Amino acid sequence: MAKEYHPENPELAEILDSFKNSRELGTMAVKSAHEAGKVIIGSFCQYAPMEIINAPGFCNFSLCGLNYDPPVPLAETKLPANLCPLIKSSYGNVLGDYCPFAHYADLVVGETTCDGKKKMYEMLAEMKPMYVIHLPNNPDWERSLEAWRDELEKFRKELETRFNVTITDDDLRRTIKISNEERRQQARIYELGKFDPPAITGMQMRSVMSSVYYLIDKEEKVQKMTHMVDLLEEAWREGKGPYKPDEHPPRILISGAAIEGVKEKTLEIIEDLGGAIVCYEGCCGISNMRRPIDETKDPMTALAEKYLDVPCAVMSPNQRRYDQFRDTLDEWKIDGVISVTVHSCLPFGIESHTLGKICEEKGVPFMHLLTDYSPGDEGQMRTRIEAFMEMLH
Amino acid sequence: MNFVGIDMGSTCSKLVALNEAKEIVYKEVVPTGWNCVETAETLLSHLEAQGIPKDAFRSVATGYGRVSIPFADKCITEISCHGKGAVAIFDEPDFTLIDIGGQDTKVIEIKGGSVKNFYMNDKCSAGTGRFLEIMAGTLGVDLNKLCELGRQSQNHVSISSMCTVFAESEVISLIGRGTDKADIAYGIVESIANKVKSQMGRVSSDPAHLRLSGGLCEVPFLLELLSEKLGGEVKTDPLARYAGAYGAALFASELK
Ligand code: SF4
Ligand code: SF4
Repeated sequence: MAKEYHPENPELAEILDSFKNSRELGTMAVKSAHEAGKVIIGSFCQYAPMEIINAPGFCNFSLCGLNYDPPVPLAETKLPANLCPLIKSSYGNVLGDYCPFAHYADLVVGETTCDGKKKMYEMLAEMKPMYVIHLPNNPDWERSLEAWRDELEKFRKELETRFNVTITDDDLRRTIKISNEERRQQARIYELGKFDPPAITGMQMRSVMSSVYYLIDKEEKVQKMTHMVDLLEEAWREGKGPYKPDEHPPRILISGAAIEGVKEKTLEIIEDLGGAIVCYEGCCGISNMRRPIDETKDPMTALAEKYLDVPCAVMSPNQRRYDQFRDTLDEWKIDGVISVTVHSCLPFGIESHTLGKICEEKGVPFMHLLTDYSPGDEGQMRTRIEAFMEMLH
Repeated sequence: MNFVGIDMGSTCSKLVALNEAKEIVYKEVVPTGWNCVETAETLLSHLEAQGIPKDAFRSVATGYGRVSIPFADKCITEISCHGKGAVAIFDEPDFTLIDIGGQDTKVIEIKGGSVKNFYMNDKCSAGTGRFLEIMAGTLGVDLNKLCELGRQSQNHVSISSMCTVFAESEVISLIGRGTDKADIAYGIVESIANKVKSQMGRVSSDPAHLRLSGGLCEVPFLLELLSEKLGGEVKTDPLARYAGAYGAALFASELK
């Protein structure tokens, strides 16, 4: 099983340690940004174009609810109980003023993704200044790209007039350049999973990914990530990675959405039981990190192309996701796929079926774990994961 | 040396003991009750009474209470144990195993003598043994009687709610309307068969090779209805109730 790092590598231990408490990091970051008089934008989704938000120096924080209690029971006083827990949690956090990011947000940005989110945004608008960007459904149509580019342009104008700033193309080019670098380093973190045995554990990947998010200074963020990945690669070469050099744990790919909120009863158990999560696919997965924004094009067009390419299950048809999924199976030499989705998430729940078929075709064992933020199914989750692991052996 | 398998389910605990030649020398079912650790001790004392003292066997525990058995040498999930036990009982390499347990229903695809894929119901108790018990309680009969009644039904009614809570109120309103008990019983058993059918869709299965294990395999009417719904004869075996415990005992015999 994966271990903590050797004490003789204090630098690495310290960096990884600093990524452990993402929530605290975030709370501090948003408070100091607010105190420094920065405009704070709250967003929910991979579709929120951070390059446009960052161009005038605004900060962007995720409002995705990750916890059950207290926000979900509170949200259920207004929203239907059979709604995706991420949506309920996000809404409840604003309703109860539990979330520091929502508390300080000067504007909340949403996109027309899944139905639950769209409708929740309408209710959120009663409590917070809200702006919804209209996202087309079919990523393959030329006119989707045009409409989406127009929508992003409208959003840029909205920021300009609401906050009385100008966002120039040069500002955008600057933020595009840095966010490309940022994604490149994030991709490298997932690519550490390609090593055999992996040079990082799946839980470490998650804690790093959710923490770097809160490093507001992008230059610093890129530097810190680059340095950390270099150190991890070096440790691996010296045989001091998280696994012993002769260990070959089953290589697991995690797919799905809203995983962050259920990671204790899924991801943690998988690695506890001897599986090595080597990559993630879906909302916050590898594909989104891999494709850079074209720096040679008109920045708004390049941004529109990039964001329409996010392989989320709200797109239809979603051939792009399936193709990328197939490639990831090969590139990471995956032994088993576990699709983790939450109750009432229809887009990812339905696409799970197709992912299962692709796995069957490729002879890779597949399991779909359907769970919820609410407690009570830990035992069942463990049994299923355990049985899946026994099957891989 | 003996090899012992214990399958501690949510309602019943099953035990199988094998000798060196892997022949069954003892088996039993006891109710799990509230306290898994106490149940484990009871089983231990029964083994001793059979001349199999604590230091004379190796054991594997399975089922939902598997972690509460202090003397077990290893825990293995019920999926793997049921698979292994069923392969030995039915003496076949390829089939689909349906296990209707107290708390969950599993469909396990067996290929080449080992588990290839499986599906388990989630949190909800619809389509499980527990569902049947609750419904039998509502009708004021026991489980076996419920199934017997169902077979006598003249005018089939169907229970459309998959959810135990809703299904219960559906049953109550049928009783209120004066619907024949036998017809309601039919609807209840049929709803289990329908639920299993939809779960079967999650794994690939061949209607010519369907097997049933678990506590309900001694209920002939359920087997008939299942066979009818699934389009192929569902076979079982008197030992199939012990499939999990038997598989666990076989695993115990392989422990190093
Ligand atoms: S899963 Fe899709 S809709 Fe949800 S946050 Fe990710 S990109 Fe947005
Ligand atoms: S998890 Fe699914 S239902 Fe929930 S917000 Fe994301 S896409 Fe929508």
